[in-house]
Amino acid sequence: MPRIPLTWLAEHVELPAGLTAEQLAVDLVRVGLEEEAIHAAAVTGPLVVGEVVELSPEPQKNGKTINWCRVDVGPEHNEPAVEGRSQPRGIVCGAHNFVVGDRVVVALPGAVLPGPFPIASRKTYGHVSDGMICSARELGLGEDHAGIIVLSELGLDAPVGTDARDLLGLGEEVLEINVTPDRGYCFSMRGVAREYGLSTGAAFTDHGLPSGDERPAGGGFAVEIDDAAPIHGVPGADRFVAQVVRGVRANDPSPAWMQRRLQQAGMRPISLAVDVTNYVMLDLGQPLHAYDLAHLAEPIVVRRANPGERIRTLDDVDRALDPEDLLITDSPDGVRGARPIGLAAVMGGGDTEVSATTTDLLVEAAHFDPITVARTARRHKLPSEAAKRFERGADPQLPPVAVARAVALLVEHGGGVAGPLTDVDRRVPVASFELALDLPTRLVGLPFSADEVRATLRSIGCEVADAGADAITVTPPSWRPDLVAGVDLVEEVARLRGYDAIPSTLPVAPAGTGLTDGQRARRSIARALAEAGLVEVLSYPFVGTDQLDALHLPADDARRRAVRLVNPLSDEQPYLRTNLLVTLLDTARRNVSRGESDVAIFELGLVTRPEPGAPVAPRLPGGVRPSDEELAAIDAAVPPQPRRVAGVLAGLREPAGWWGPGRRVDHSDAIAAALLVAEVVGVELVVSADADHAPWHPGRCARLSTADGTLAGHAGELHPNVVTALGLPARAAAFELDLDVVLAAASPEPVQAVPVSTFPVNKEDVALVVPSEVPAADVLDAVRVGAAGSPVGDVVEEVRLFDVYTGPQVGEDHKSLAFALRLRAADRTLTAQEAAAVRESIVAEAHRRFGASLRA
Amino acid sequence: MSDDTALSPLDADGIESAVEDALKALAAATDLDALKSARLEHVGERSPVALANRAIGGLAPADKAVAGKLLGQAKGRLARALAERQAELEAERDQRVLVEESVDVTLPTDRRLRGARHPLETLSERIADIFVAMGWEIAEGPELEAEWFNFDALNFGVDHPARQMQDTFFVEGQDGSPSGLVLRTHTSPVQARTLLERELPVYIACPGKVFRTDELDATHTPVFHQVEGLAIDKGLTMAHLKGTLDHFAQAIFGPEARTRLRPSFFPFTEPSAEMDLWFPQKKGGPGWIEWGGCGMVNPHVLRAVGVDPEVYSGFAFGMGIERTLMLRHGIADMHDMVEGDVRFSTQFGTEI
Repeated sequence: MPRIPLTWLAEHVELPAGLTAEQLAVDLVRVGLEEEAIHAAAVTGPLVVGEVVELSPEPQKNGKTINWCRVDVGPEHNEPAVEGRSQPRGIVCGAHNFVVGDRVVVALPGAVLPGPFPIASRKTYGHVSDGMICSARELGLGEDHAGIIVLSELGLDAPVGTDARDLLGLGEEVLEINVTPDRGYCFSMRGVAREYGLSTGAAFTDHGLPSGDERPAGGGFAVEIDDAAPIHGVPGADRFVAQVVRGVRANDPSPAWMQRRLQQAGMRPISLAVDVTNYVMLDLGQPLHAYDLAHLAEPIVVRRANPGERIRTLDDVDRALDPEDLLITDSPDGVRGARPIGLAAVMGGGDTEVSATTTDLLVEAAHFDPITVARTARRHKLPSEAAKRFERGADPQLPPVAVARAVALLVEHGGGVAGPLTDVDRRVPVASFELALDLPTRLVGLPFSADEVRATLRSIGCEVADAGADAITVTPPSWRPDLVAGVDLVEEVARLRGYDAIPSTLPVAPAGTGLTDGQRARRSIARALAEAGLVEVLSYPFVGTDQLDALHLPADDARRRAVRLVNPLSDEQPYLRTNLLVTLLDTARRNVSRGESDVAIFELGLVTRPEPGAPVAPRLPGGVRPSDEELAAIDAAVPPQPRRVAGVLAGLREPAGWWGPGRRVDHSDAIAAALLVAEVVGVELVVSADADHAPWHPGRCARLSTADGTLAGHAGELHPNVVTALGLPARAAAFELDLDVVLAAASPEPVQAVPVSTFPVNKEDVALVVPSEVPAADVLDAVRVGAAGSPVGDVVEEVRLFDVYTGPQVGEDHKSLAFALRLRAADRTLTAQEAAAVRESIVAEAHRRFGASLRA
Repeated sequence: MSDDTALSPLDADGIESAVEDALKALAAATDLDALKSARLEHVGERSPVALANRAIGGLAPADKAVAGKLLGQAKGRLARALAERQAELEAERDQRVLVEESVDVTLPTDRRLRGARHPLETLSERIADIFVAMGWEIAEGPELEAEWFNFDALNFGVDHPARQMQDTFFVEGQDGSPSGLVLRTHTSPVQARTLLERELPVYIACPGKVFRTDELDATHTPVFHQVEGLAIDKGLTMAHLKGTLDHFAQAIFGPEARTRLRPSFFPFTEPSAEMDLWFPQKKGGPGWIEWGGCGMVNPHVLRAVGVDPEVYSGFAFGMGIERTLMLRHGIADMHDMVEGDVRFSTQFGTEI
């Protein structure tokens, strides 16, 4: 994001004396340019201009020769005067590119150079070195470490003792701002200065306006725009300005001030030709390119790429081109447009790059279509500085201004002669549109007079004309392609008045209906699980094949059919979870590895279950309501994302304490938690054994289904191999339920109350001996059905299985299940005979189903 | 016992003396066993008073009444005294038992594991309650979303830089081709879904999970939560937006909370604003911190869902729930919120 050195900004807008980066940030944020960072001064502490007054080379044992220097750094910084004579400082220097009399940059003790590298007096090579003579690299001014800075070589001079931070721009804080995508023009000093002026009223000077001198006089380098395949009917380029400059020392370093500014703006100085194009881009916002004229063949043709065409770009990458890519080509051997020399607006080509021998240049500034640029930059993953500006919309009136500026800088600092100018200008006029004068007031909730609306729009560069009594016709300025509709202008009017002026009024919504049943149910479920001792966690939905393998899912398990991300954060986890346990178990493992020996956690969340052969979501435009068929097609393409709840329990379910030993988790805890989830919403799940469902123990896994048989989930002890693989405590248990299934089974109707009988209860115990393999749930069902079917009528208030016995008394392969019954009639006291009849009916039913007998 | 010592039922002094002895003996009993012995000796069937009473039958009729009266009174006094002493000693015994049964009530009572909700979830619920209290409703949508809902409907053109800046997780099609699906980068697609489904006016909030391709660090997480607000009605303005945000901020951060709007850009709102919250606890001194984005719903968005922008206007806002939780509860690092360490959730219990 753009970095704004204040001294540079001041060339475009009047800044008050003493303005700090912090205050600048405050002024800019008001109009919508947010502070990203304030970059501290590169150097703090004393950094001064010094003059070398003595220099004695001293060869060292290690073969080096050091220079023991006396440097005059001015009376303020020199050693205390002796007999009225200023005493220069003694400094050891390893460089040799200077002589007595040279003015140099001296960092004195207390200075901190980039690094940070604090300077102090130190003993070295037998002297006390009382400071450091600095190289460009030590000051963060570039890579040059061949020797120290000799100011005269940079074209700089200043009296001894002068603050070198100011001289070199090293003491300046730099504000980095965040520019929103609608404000491409703020990727320049020109644009930011304009906003500062709007925010504070400071006088802004627009250096981007054409002066009228930029008209081609003929004889310019031939350029043709020939776009055979515009995107959305917009040609890839509508302006192409180019100017020849001959005899330029293109490879000289750029002037020190320019280098410094580029560095402050975060760019690396390279050579005069490159630096000038970058500098003008940062200054005005117009990207430029400099070609080596010697390698260019007329005419330049701007066209789309041909199928199969390739280009070697400046970064030495050979790129395959797409027919949508817009190219700058030239015409070697008279073949028009045969050779690509640049990916328009994105990156130049290697063939025509400015090289060490370049003296003649063609300087280009063009205006390219944002969409063409955006697609090419994205396709080739080249988010260049130029692309960034064009994508957001550059100012089509800038190219001739920028070229003139660049050429002037090249001639000023590199010699040479400006040659003829080319300007292929196919701009279409900026579209104007109407604004109802009351729209700002209607949308902002703050009164704006018609005069204020007109004045504000003019201040941002719009042309405003009346269109009847209540509306105006607005033509936005060339640098504001984001202004295309009335609401865009409303924002301008509102932000320049200041959002702070907007009053605060709470709107009154129509009466609502509160949370939905599903939303309330989810809260109840989560609360119930928490009250049951489970801790809610959230896990990322990203999973890898190895995690599914760790669950021992069979190869054809539906849970392996997962949505895959194109750009996962980790290549090991490219899939979206198809069940909660796969990520929740990882969370359990993390807790265990952090020393949590007893774990009880749960998660509520969505999983993604893609269906094979699902259609691809249609691509539809914005701004238009899709048809119902199109919306249905979108719905069909979005995979089902059922809401699940899952839990993992391991270690102790009930802690040990002074009351006695704890109780370890077993399969029933997981089943109980799952049943609790359903009970909370009034759903009774049917429990049955499931011997084949990973990741559960085949002998300890319950299948849970709703009354109509729909699978709701599973619960029980985890497979020992899974437990081992995940490093969980032995006998860990887990459950996972599809909440959508459970909630669908819940009755939407209010519970209808059964009156409470006040007649005495009749307690009966029944112990039934059945074959071992008969599930308790089936026997319980027989008890209920048997009791309900007795001649006494349905008088069972509660049945509770309270004991399971196996042993010699009931015979081999049999077990005894003991049930406690609470019998009570609604209208009378039951007699002993009636209770006995119920018992008999129960035993008869159990006998009929399982051959059960009453335990003796 | 010989007849010599037998007490005459007419011997008033003797009876009085026997009663006195008995009363002393009862009073001297210090526990219920001693009282039982004293009772047997002095009040029982073989006690002097009882024997004397039995002797009344042998008296002349004239004496019977006298003796009956004497002994009746004596027996009455003894019975009362016995009952009183019995009650006293029983009370003493009960008292002693309770003392003996005393326990250390300061022993730990955590016999059950304590669970907890995740604070992001409880905060989301609390936020939902704030809006429900204003008559708003809570809407939801899928996390894996069609690009049209996530971008196009919200005026993010295919080539708009804002679409590239969303750091989107894209989804592979089944045969490796583009799927037209993304992990939603914000809760804003619910805006479009809601407006397609519901009758106007609409006032909804939507808390939910969103996804961006940020690596997890102290301040970023690829999976996080937002709450989206949307109001579409006739005559809504930025002042209503500001009023709603102020109310929300105060409901979450207390009556002193203040908000500030500053110009910004979002494709789906125009005008757009960033919302800052005045934060007295800010590191380095009180100041404004970014809390969320907002603005007036762009007419393009309204048209995409079949709402006439000439008739209706509305506002939308969104803020990060993680960020809200961090600010409200002094959480410095994102890791604790996403790693699922139970020690983090249990600090918050089941309410927030």
